[in-house]
Amino acid sequence: MAEAASILVEDLVKRFGGFTAVDHVSFRIARGEIFGLLGPNGSGKSTTIRMLCGLLTPTSGRASVVGFDVAEEPEKVRQHIGYMSQKFSLYNDLRVIENLRFFAGLYGVKGDLLEERIDWALQMAGLKGSETLLTGELAGGWKQRLALGCAVLHRPQVLFLDEPTAGVDPLSRRQFWELIHQMSAEGVTVLVTTHYMDEAEYCNRLALIDAGLIVAAGSPSEIKRTAIKGDLLLVECAPLGRGLELIKAQPGVVDAAVFGAALHVVVSAAEKARVELAAAMAAAGVKASRIEPISPSLEDAFVALTGRRAGNEAVQ
Amino acid sequence: MNEAVVQVDGLSKLFGGKPAVDNLSFTVQRGEILGLVGPDGAGKTTTLRILAGVLPADSGTVLVAGQDVIHEPEAVKSRISYMPQHFGLYEDLTVDENIRFYADLFEVSAKVREQRSGELLDACAMTPFRRRLAGQLSGGMKRKLGLVCALIHTPEVLLLDEPTTGVDPVSRRELWSILYTLVFQGVTVLISTAYFDEAERCHRLLLLHQGYGLFCGTPAELKGRLPGTVLSIASSEPRRLRAALTGADGLLSAMAMGDALHVVVDNPERRVPELRERLRAAGLALGEIAAMGATVEDVFVYMVSGHAPERGN
Repeated sequence: MAEAASILVEDLVKRFGGFTAVDHVSFRIARGEIFGLLGPNGSGKSTTIRMLCGLLTPTSGRASVVGFDVAEEPEKVRQHIGYMSQKFSLYNDLRVIENLRFFAGLYGVKGDLLEERIDWALQMAGLKGSETLLTGELAGGWKQRLALGCAVLHRPQVLFLDEPTAGVDPLSRRQFWELIHQMSAEGVTVLVTTHYMDEAEYCNRLALIDAGLIVAAGSPSEIKRTAIKGDLLLVECAPLGRGLELIKAQPGVVDAAVFGAALHVVVSAAEKARVELAAAMAAAGVKASRIEPISPSLEDAFVALTGRRAGNEAVQ
Repeated sequence: MNEAVVQVDGLSKLFGGKPAVDNLSFTVQRGEILGLVGPDGAGKTTTLRILAGVLPADSGTVLVAGQDVIHEPEAVKSRISYMPQHFGLYEDLTVDENIRFYADLFEVSAKVREQRSGELLDACAMTPFRRRLAGQLSGGMKRKLGLVCALIHTPEVLLLDEPTTGVDPVSRRELWSILYTLVFQGVTVLISTAYFDEAERCHRLLLLHQGYGLFCGTPAELKGRLPGTVLSIASSEPRRLRAALTGADGLLSAMAMGDALHVVVDNPERRVPELRERLRAAGLALGEIAAMGATVEDVFVYMVSGHAPERGN
């Protein structure tokens, strides 16, 4: 990466008593990059973000955000970051303009800049002329763009997004990511945490964290290409339940699960398995109408990389 | 299989004069999973509440497991299990104690309770946490415990309101695997979700938008509604790619993703060489171009951008 790192995390560790929430995690995010941090519930994502926001002190290792060490200069760090979550961001009982003024005050935006930035946020959110509406009465997409506007009033160089578009209608979601990509083109660094694989597809690069460790990193397509050891097959057969039991017992089958009206089967080698599964089903009287290789989704990759430890979720 | 267990006809519900559910009609067959799919505010929760007999409708008819829910909301309750978004778990009781409470409520015998809770806890990787207080579980685990409690008796119809919201993909798969097992046993499932990719796991889906039904059918049928083919063009600069392709013949839409540009074109055989040529002329690196299946979200966006059937079908 030629560009200077905007977020630098080196050997970061956080322990709570005997429990290691973050275990020697390292990554760097370049200026203007959209980076996604994914992981199961309790994997150490939120703890990492809290340290990067200067809200929690690392046990060891170091992290810096736009050049400021999170442990030594947390105040400086907070001046340069914006934070937005779909769950909490705005006061529903305040008017649009009141929310903007509140966050401007919080971030220390004042003077000439105040009106200019509020005007910019209203424009960006498409809320010009709706300043006096109650925030709680806005439709999902507008509310979410207003939350984004509030989070970046102070022109932060780094933006943290926590499941920013969960539950929002897809049209608004696409508009939202368009705005994020535009900010990234202007040099804003974006760190996204999400369970929503659709959101992860909008990131330039991803890191998967599980039980406090980074288990994979790369672009969405790299992760999809390399996560599954073997090939993924789509199998349509009837009856589906019997087909599933039969396939699970076949050699060379790593995993098999129902997916809608079909089965998703992970095998060690696609071509060989196609022939063998077809023969096995024919012999057992299961009617197979389709067996073909498909590309793994980001969710398939996520499950393959973190699934084994799924039972060990930690208490948050 | 052709036995309608849920029949909804002309269902409407107003909140403050505004329709939350607007003339909705659909049926669900025995052993089928129907997904109510749509963004927040589309009417998913209201529909499920009416079907569960906990919210009266303004008009329409609703039959669930042979019971007229509109006129006799109490009669349906022993035949169904309804899991609202905020399932009532006792935070100061353990996992096992919560299960026991719900088993007693539904008059499940101790023997059945032990067998069933063992299977369900195993299926969702919760067995190690049986003695943990519910209040100390993570969000995803609370959802899973809610499902275990809702399933401790064997319902004919299972109504699940966004059971996977905020749940990570691994736990989500466990939940779905439980649902598929139930379906093999003849249970009928209605599940709501705001995750459009999850719609692919349902046998049929009802796409909801502002209270009305945009579409009802299988995921494959839905995807057939999108004219054109979705292509992914690998690129580290998807926005520059899009700028270069703007105005190209046959280009129906373009969306910048993290490491690719997704475009919809009318005729891929004809357009791919043209797109390549256009990118070459603009001096942009030629990434791999691959056809991808349309997603449910693609079709939703297409339909709500002025291509939807008339309201009320």
